[in-house]
Formats: sequence, C-alpha cells, structure tokens
Amino acid sequence: MAKIPVKGFFKDRKIPLWFTIVWVIAFSIALKVLDQSVIAFMGVLFSIIFVYYTDSPKWMRLVLGGAILLLIIPLVAGENRYYMEVASQVGIYVAMALGLNIVVGFAGLLDLGYVAFFAAGAYAYGIFATSQANNFIEGNLFPLSGEWFWPFLLVGLLVAALFGILLGLPVLRVKGDYLAIVTLGFGEIIRIVFNNLDKPVNITNGPQGLTPIASPELFGFALNKPFYFYFIVLFCIALIVLANVRFEHSRLGRAWIAIREDELAAQSMGISLLHTKLAAFATGASFAGVVGVIFAAKQTFIDPTSFTLMESFSILVMVILGGMGSIPGVVLGAAFVTVLQVQLLKEFSNFLHSLQAAGVINLPSQLDPSKFQRLIFGLLLVLVALFRPNGLIPAKRNKNDIDAIKNSPYAREKLGILSRSASEK
Amino acid sequence: MLSMLPQVLIDGLTLGFMYAVVALGYTMVYGILEFINFAHGEIFMVGAFVGTEVLLITDSLGALEGMNPFVAFLITLIISMAITGLLGITIERVAYRPLRNAPRLVPLISAIGVSFLLQDLVRFTEAIARNAFILNGPQLFTGKFDLGFAQIPSKSIVIIVIAIAMMVGLSLFISKSKWGIAMRAVSQDQSTASLMTINVDKVIMLTFLIGSSLGGATGVLFAQNYGSIDPFIGFILGMKAFTAAVLGGIGNIKGAMFGGVVIGLVESLAGAYMGQLTNGAFGAEYKDVIAFSILILVLLFKPEGLFGEAVKEKV
Amino acid sequence: MKKRTHLGILSAVLAVGMALAGCGGGGSSSGGGGSEPASSSGGESSASSGGSGQAASGGTLEKILIATQTPLSGQQSNVGDSLKTGAEYALKLQQDEFKKMGFDLQLFPQDDQADPKQGVTNAEMLVSNPDVLGVVGHYNTGVSIPASAKYDSASLAMISPGSTGVQLTEEGRKAVHRICARDDQQGPKGAKYAMEKLGVKSVFFIHDKTAYGQGLADQAKATFEKGGVQVLGYDGITQGEKDYSAVLNQAVSKKPDMIYFGGIYPEGGILAKQARDKGFEGYFMGGDGLDSPELIKIAGAAAEGILYTSITGDISGTDDGKKWQEDYKAAMGKNAENYSVYGFDAMNVMLDGLKRAIEANGGKKPTREQVLEAVHSTKDFQGKFIKVTFDEKGDNEYADVFIWKVNNGKAEYVERVE
Repeated sequence: MAKIPVKGFFKDRKIPLWFTIVWVIAFSIALKVLDQSVIAFMGVLFSIIFVYYTDSPKWMRLVLGGAILLLIIPLVAGENRYYMEVASQVGIYVAMALGLNIVVGFAGLLDLGYVAFFAAGAYAYGIFATSQANNFIEGNLFPLSGEWFWPFLLVGLLVAALFGILLGLPVLRVKGDYLAIVTLGFGEIIRIVFNNLDKPVNITNGPQGLTPIASPELFGFALNKPFYFYFIVLFCIALIVLANVRFEHSRLGRAWIAIREDELAAQSMGISLLHTKLAAFATGASFAGVVGVIFAAKQTFIDPTSFTLMESFSILVMVILGGMGSIPGVVLGAAFVTVLQVQLLKEFSNFLHSLQAAGVINLPSQLDPSKFQRLIFGLLLVLVALFRPNGLIPAKRNKNDIDAIKNSPYAREKLGILSRSASEK
Repeated sequence: MLSMLPQVLIDGLTLGFMYAVVALGYTMVYGILEFINFAHGEIFMVGAFVGTEVLLITDSLGALEGMNPFVAFLITLIISMAITGLLGITIERVAYRPLRNAPRLVPLISAIGVSFLLQDLVRFTEAIARNAFILNGPQLFTGKFDLGFAQIPSKSIVIIVIAIAMMVGLSLFISKSKWGIAMRAVSQDQSTASLMTINVDKVIMLTFLIGSSLGGATGVLFAQNYGSIDPFIGFILGMKAFTAAVLGGIGNIKGAMFGGVVIGLVESLAGAYMGQLTNGAFGAEYKDVIAFSILILVLLFKPEGLFGEAVKEKV
Repeated sequence: MKKRTHLGILSAVLAVGMALAGCGGGGSSSGGGGSEPASSSGGESSASSGGSGQAASGGTLEKILIATQTPLSGQQSNVGDSLKTGAEYALKLQQDEFKKMGFDLQLFPQDDQADPKQGVTNAEMLVSNPDVLGVVGHYNTGVSIPASAKYDSASLAMISPGSTGVQLTEEGRKAVHRICARDDQQGPKGAKYAMEKLGVKSVFFIHDKTAYGQGLADQAKATFEKGGVQVLGYDGITQGEKDYSAVLNQAVSKKPDMIYFGGIYPEGGILAKQARDKGFEGYFMGGDGLDSPELIKIAGAAAEGILYTSITGDISGTDDGKKWQEDYKAAMGKNAENYSVYGFDAMNVMLDGLKRAIEANGGKKPTREQVLEAVHSTKDFQGKFIKVTFDEKGDNEYADVFIWKVNNGKAEYVERVE
C-alpha cells in the first residue's frame, strides 16, 4: 500500500493500475449494495479520471474506460433513473463543451452565444417531431415518428453548422471582445426570435413551447428512458471526442491554434483566416446541433427558456474551468459543473434539509437550504478560478511547445538573449 | 402616431443615460485591464439596494419628512457610492488581482461567480430584513413638467443632469489630474508605467473604486426612477450597458456615453413603433433584436466601435 | 505545488461527496431498493394495522416524503417561496396526525429554478427516491409539462398549485392534477366581466412573453374579440426589466378603455405605475399572477383600481380567514400571500389523498399507484379556501374565477363570475 506515490499522484500518469481497478470495483459494489448512495455513484463516475491518469498503456486505459462507461455504469446504476439522467446530462454538456472548445479553446474565438446552435438543433427536431410543422407545411404529415430521430441527428448537425456559418460570415471582421459581444447578441437574437415566431406564421409556437416531442424509436421500440439516452449520448460523445482528437492534430487543427496564438503570423504563413474561422464556427456549432436533437427528444418538451444567455455562460465556464484547448480538461470541466448543478448541490441542500428536519440546525424559512444552490455554485466558481487558473487539466501543448522551442539547440543559437532568460528561469 | 414621438424620445434619453453611466464602469475597467468585469452589473444592483435602504431607514426614523429632497438625494448618493466603491475594491483584491497573470478568460469565471454570490447575498439579506426581496423605496422627485405635447418627469431631468455631470467630471479627471494621467499610462503599458514610478496596483484599485462608485450612483438613480428594485436588475441592465460600451468603442468614455444613449433611444423607438409599423406582425418584443442588430451592423463597418479611432487614448 | 493543488481540488470534491454520502445513505437507507422496505415493514405494520390511530411502537415511524417543486432561486423565487411555504405550513399542521398513524411525514422541497431542465432532473430524482409519494408543483407551465411526463411514467401523483397553461392537462397524463383555473377559464371570465360589468369597448394587451402571460392574454383576447371589443394593440415586454415606457407610450396614446396584462405582479405593478404616470385613466386588469400584496407595494398609489381574476375567494374577509393568516404568520414568519393559499390547499389535497390511500391499504404505507388513484378520485374536497374535484383530465371542476379589485390600498373581493 505504501507504494502509492502521493506526490505527483496525478502528474505523469502515475496511478498504478491496481489502484484504479480496486477503486472501480469497490465503488461499483458499494453502489450496488449500499442503497444507491450518491458517494458511490460519484466514485464510479469519477473513476474515469483515475483511468485517465493510470500508469498503463493507452489501449489498456481505453479498454478500462470503455468498460466503465459501457458496462459498469449501466449495470450498477442502470436501475436508478435519476443517476442515468445525471449521466446523460453530463454527456450532453460534455458534447457541447467539446464543441465550444473548438471555437474558444482551439481557435481562440470567444463565443458567448453558443447556446443558439444548441437551440437550432433542438428546434429542428422539435418542430418536425410534433404536429407543429403542420402549421406551415400542407398535408398533415406531422408529427414524424420516432424512427426519424436518427436521420434528424444529421439534420440537426447540418442546421446548426449552417447557423454557425451564418454567424461566422459577418463576425469575421471583429476581433477579441468585440467578437464576444457580437456572438452574445446573436445568441439573444436567436432566442428572442424563437420566442416570438408564433406570428405572423406559427413556426416555433413561441413561449408555449413544443410538446410532446416523439421519443426515438429503434425497430418500433420506443427509447424513452434515461437509460437509453445514456447510450445514445455516449455514442455521440465517442464520435465527438474522436473528431476532436483527430482535429487537434490535423492541418486544420494546427491552423486553429496558429490563429489563436497570432492571427497575423498565421495569415502570413498562408493560412486563410476566412476558411479557418468559418470551419471552427461550423464544427463547434454542429456538435451542439446534434446534442440539441438528443436534448429535445429526451425532454419531450422544449421552449425558449432552455436556451438563455446563462446557458451559454455555463458552457463557457465548463470549457475555461476544465482547461481551454485541453480535451480531457474540457470533459472533466463539463462533468464537474454538470454534476455539481444537477446532483451534488441538490443532494447537499437535501442533506441540510434533513439536518434541519432532525433539529440539528435551525434556519429561518428565509434561509431554507434548498435556496442555496446558486450561491454555493458562485462561490465554487470563484474558488476554482483562484486555485486552478489554468483549468482542472491544463492543455499541455501550449506550454510544452514554447519550452521545447526555447530549449532546442537550434533556438539557443538563434534566440540569443531570449534563450538565456528562458534557460535561467 | 407621431404625436407621441417627443415623449418616446424623452423616455429613451432617460433610459439611455442610465445605460451610459453603467457603461462607463465597464469601459474604465476594460480600458485598464482589458477584462470584461461581468460583476459590474451586480455592483450597480448593490448600489440601488444601499440607496433604497438608506432612504427607507431615514424615512422610518422620520427624518426624511422635512428634508430637502436634493439634500436627501445627495446623502444617499454619497453613502451608496462609498459602499459600492469599497465593494469594488474588495472584489478586485480578492477575486481579480490574484488572476492578473492567469489566462485571459479566467477572471471572467470569477466575475460570473461573484455575480451569483452578490445576487444571492442581497436576496438573503433582504429576505431576512424585509421578508421580501423586491424593495420599494420612497421616491424623492415626483413632479413633472407638462409641455403639452409631452411630459418631462423631474426625475428624468435629475438623472440626465447627474449622468452628464459624472461623465464630464470623469473625463476631466482622466485627462487633467495626475491620477488620471497615471491611469492612461497604465492602460497603455503596465510594465513601462511601473518603471515610471507609477504604482500599478494602486491605479487599478482607483479604477475599480471610481468605476464601482459610478455604478453605485447609477443604482441610486435607477431606484429613484423606477421605485421598485430586485436583486436581478444588474444582469439585464449590465448586459445592455456592456452592449452600449462596445457599440461606442470599448475603453472610450465618449463612446460609452454615446452608445448608451443610442441603445436607449433605439429600444424606446422600437418598443413604441415596431407593432404599428409592421401592422402587428412584429411587436415590441423585437426591440432587443433591433438593438443587437444595430450593434452587429455597426461593428461590421467599424469593427472598433463608433468612436474606435480614439481607442488609443483608452481611459 | 501543482500536484498539491491537484490533490486539493480532488479532496475537496471528495469531501463534499463524503458529506453527501451521509445524506444519500441516510436518505435512502430507510427506503432503498424500491419496494423492499414496503414489504419488510409490511409485517410490522400489519401487526399494528388493527388500530391505525394507535401510535406505532416508538421510533419505527415509516418515512413519507411529499416534495414541492417551485422556483426557489432566480427572478421568480418570490412566488416559488410563497407556494413552498404555504405547502410547508399545511404539512406541518398534519404531521402529528400522520405520526399517530405510524408515519414520519416530511416535506422535501426542491428548487426547479423555473428551468425545464432543472425541473426534469429534479423529477427524475424524486421518481427514483421511493419515499416520495407525491409532488406539489410546479409553478411554471413550461416546467410542469416535461416534468409531468416523468412523474406519469412512475405513477407519481402531481398537483400543481399554479400552472394555468391549457396544454398541461390536455396531454392526457394521469399523474397530472391542478387546483388552479386554466387560462381558458380565467382569461375569458375576466374578459366577460370587463365587457358586461365595466362596459369596456377597447382594450390594449400587454403580456410578458412567457407561456403563462401570453397564454392568458391570448385567451382573454379571443373572448374580447368575440364580444366585439376593439383590440387596439397586443405587445410583449421582457420579464425582469423595469422600464416599460416604450410599450406604454404606444398603449396610452391610443386611449384604450382597458389595459389587460398577462403576466405576474413584479412587472404588473411597474406597468400600472408607469401607465398612470403617463396619464392613463382606464381600467387595468390581469390574471391571478397579479394576486399578491406585493403588487400594491410596487405600484403604490397607482395600484388603486387594479382588477384581477383569481381562483381564491375571499380570504381576509371572513374571521376564519383572518385567523388563518395570523396563524400562518406566527408559524412561518412570513405574510400569507394568495400564492401561499394555493400551495397550502394543493398540499391539503395531496395529504387527503395520501390518507385515503393509507386507509385503503389497511394502514400500511401505500404504493405510488394507490396514492395516485386516491388523489385522482378526489371529490368535493373542501380545502381551506379552495374546493376541489378532479375531472378525468386532472383539472379542478370547482376552479371558480373571482374578481378582485384594489381599493384604498387593499385588495377587495368583488364577485364570482358565472
């Protein structure tokens, strides 16, 4: 037991394999035996982090991670709808955060209206999977059956990518924080338009929202429980993560990072700003569009209150908290924020409430524990920002590359003073 | 339809000056630190609550009765500015200063966190003290001048006069005073400024002090104008004010003022005429859409905002 | 340095988790694993089932949770808190009675933040907690609808104290009930009163662009149009803003007999005030969203003459009602609002159903299906202020619409609309 290297536990992937496996098994059993306790569920969920840091070859970690997500979680938590709901929501936000990470983290374009693409995807499915579309398309063809969910994943992707290009075209001229406010305005415009497009032609049904949205069907079997959505989401994330990883090291991905670091230099190296930025907007948006479709199907009801500015902010918070440009960081950031919001803070207030009911603490009705969620969330945001300013798992590339360049013998020759100051540090 | 135009313009101007003064706070901080202080709207909100509480407490002591409304107003203004100024410094010290060397977007996170904290702290304080968090304060200026074709409420005049006074004062301070020059130096180049024996930390503190107390003062004006406030006014107004600051060219005082007035007027005009012009197809709901569309259009042709060329003389 | 902060964060996460484990374990240990506890306790309570009035042997009270789901943070938390506190008061009054029957009855308040996503997540949490046998909530129709789908799939009875949107009960879900009037009752009845009793000939509509506000305004508008009243305008405002002079300039310049507002009191109060400031002299009318003492505080002198429809009859008019308000204030430390009444009576209906389900189950802890069955068959139940019979859809057949008017700084009961 004494072999666990406490120092540098997480650095350089030093967790021994046996520790991870014991951890996973222990918490899985705990979850099964100990009355579905929250801590056990958290333990299983966060074992993914341990897998990431485990000291073993890549294929081993992939197999382990896949086994936890595909087998262990559904097996031990599958009966509990709430846990599956939490897991699918985590997945939805992970997917969105990964999409935003391309725009903000890779390409360095601050986007405060990201939720608009999510809305576009959700409405694309919502309008046609309810009788809403009959209002403007003749022939009483709608609602479409749940079988259409699958092609609509692609439709949502395309619609959102189109929105991304539409937004991208005009905003390319503005830079930095001007871009932030333009995207914020765009997000608000989309939400307000969706909230008001019940006249002159009723397209979105305005504030009344769209309901009931058909659940996905597979060979006539309705997938309408969080349990199924968990797998649908997992499937999408797998594709999105794969796309992200591929992009990161592709020609396009390197172009994104180049324009993030220095637009002028990138341009003079022959990178087309127009194409690169548009590609970033379109790719980021398309991920949000796909999960928008899933979200609409899962909720069975959508209205504009789900797509507010606060939503854009919280996705941005996930990306920055996790570590901009770092794929594992963003995944962790999204999981952390989502679990906090949809589970931990709730359980915490339930816990305080049970203390109050038992007479352990006595708070006046004005300070009922159930009202504390946002307050604690705010406090945690400040604390994490202060103590982890580079994100939970910072992107490696950024720093390593600069160090590598400065330390290379070639650079030492050419950089002169610069290299000395770097090596003296 | 045109007969209400003067009234629409007066209301739009009042709203616009309110945006303008809040926009000043964003612009000042941005000019120095290149950082969007999202908690500024919340500081404005705290100012509104402090001001209203001061008035309510004086009123409950019976002291407000015989007091000249201008004296009462000034006292409220000063107390509120002092408290919000201190609050601004505290936030800077605790939540922003440690992050000055962090990646550019990280202070944004702590700013959002601070916003949530302030909203809920005010909510809980008011819920305990007054059993409700929507606060209704006494209004000092209730008269109005009837011009026949329009009415000018006296509170609108007070707001516009004070807003202009604050902006002129601030411009003078920045361009003429020693501290103002130091601020401009810091906004140009922090490390060079510090070599010129300017204490950068102090200058930044001063920026937050002034920006926040201006926000607090606007809070008092806001509470006076509308009478009813809640802990969530900061978010909506802050967003609009920030839009105004960007429209005018962020970091630029004239720009903030102009942007605020433009947004106020656009909203007022759109709210009043949208429905009639489109025959009911698109109503006043679209006023924010129009405001944001104008912003986007302006930025397309002038990516640095309306007063963008002056961007070099940031605050 | 880095490593330590790494560990620091993780241990903080774990520490919070540990704290929760306490609650998670505690919360579910009494009822973990769905139906098991019901059967394990079955033997025990069948022993004492002969006398359900008899206190079950001390310490072995069975836990029953009734959840509330209302917005407790954000802009609408004022209303949400009133609803929750009302329900809490009703539950407190009956706690002892349930203790005698052998049950530890507790409130399980949740914050849905007026957000459909939060509402659905909370719903899944409630559904997966076997101790929860009923839900009082939600306030917003937009949150009620998606959440009700979850309750329905688990046969968990839900009684909404304030979701008036027509759609909610039209989706054909058995678990859904509400004690308030639907928009298509309230809007038309308010309009009818305005036309017949006030002789209104022209109306300007303002709504807050929410499902509730716009729904109500739409329904009222349809009736006004049918009655031949001239509709001078129909415009939306943004919830949470304080400056509505733009819309009001338009409204006032058209000199309507009445401004009808679909929305809730924080905006309603400001609208009334700013309209009067601009010299509007006609009637100002709204729905039960205006039903709060706060309205009068916000609008001040301009509140005079505001009319609104509500489904609660005269509360403070009777001695009984006054006494209730005083008791409420003494117990909860808050003034009773009309929304507290909705919360209070929604909880009463729920507890009545629960009691009947317990009786039907021979004094044992009932299943959710049994509670739902009992709640669904509620007939002629007289709450404190609201009488309830649920129809097939879950609407309240007795949801009457009453007219209220602000007079001398107090809301006064005017009449019941036929």
